Amino acid sequence: MERIIFYIIAFIIIAFAVASVSSRKMLRSVIYLLFVLCGIAGIYFLIDYNFLAAIQLTVYAGGIVVLVIFSVVLIHHIGMELEVAKIPKQLLTAALCLLGLSVFLVTIYSQDFLVIENRITTTTADIGERLLSYDAGGFILPFEVISVLLLAVLIGAIVIAKGNKLENENKETT
Amino acid sequence: MIDGISIFEILTVTSILFFIGIYGFITRSNLISVLISIELVMNASVVNFVVINKYLYPEMLQGVIFAIFIIAVTAAETALAVSIIINLYRQISSVEVKETETMKY
Repeated sequence: MERIIFYIIAFIIIAFAVASVSSRKMLRSVIYLLFVLCGIAGIYFLIDYNFLAAIQLTVYAGGIVVLVIFSVVLIHHIGMELEVAKIPKQLLTAALCLLGLSVFLVTIYSQDFLVIENRITTTTADIGERLLSYDAGGFILPFEVISVLLLAVLIGAIVIAKGNKLENENKETT
Repeated sequence: MIDGISIFEILTVTSILFFIGIYGFITRSNLISVLISIELVMNASVVNFVVINKYLYPEMLQGVIFAIFIIAVTAAETALAVSIIINLYRQISSVEVKETETMKY
């Protein structure tokens, strides 16, 4: 049963990823990306990381996709068609990607992974304790660094997006 | 772990997703499309972290925590990229890669 569900999810992910990079309508491309992200959340649910799946759905599907849709709507006319790269360039890129993919697959299949059969369910409390522990193997320092990064990005995004207006006001006051 | 699915099949799916992202990154000529391709690449790597954590070291949580950090950094990067794109559109009325010739603000 889970096998069939995994194959369906894998098919959804790959089909919509291809549609997302080849669609000529900008907004459709973003919506296909949304389906890809939901499929990946499905994989997280299948391997029992429920917290990660929830993060994937809220941050990616709820946050990033809405942000990108806003920028698309602000910038493009809805019906506008994107220009596509020339056919030789597309073929060359596809050939290079297939080459790289075959290298990846050969490397993966020649490696024997020491898979451990397990049914451990990770609770959110485990993740939280590991994230905030000061002991060896704890992640308190990166956690704090991420908070500084988010603050810097918040200020930077406001300054960049409102750049012109701020500059004009400064000129008026001085 | 998923019953009846080996680690190879999941890694195959994520490799394909990664190279679809690379293909889009090179062929698309629009900044927002490039951003979408980067999202695909990032997601493929996050799934790899999580799957290797689950299949090879199930009692550790490093992969999950790194996945959370990557998701946070990607969200920050997307917000910044969108603000840069909107500002660029105000300056030159275009978001095509070709017409973005100068970094001068």
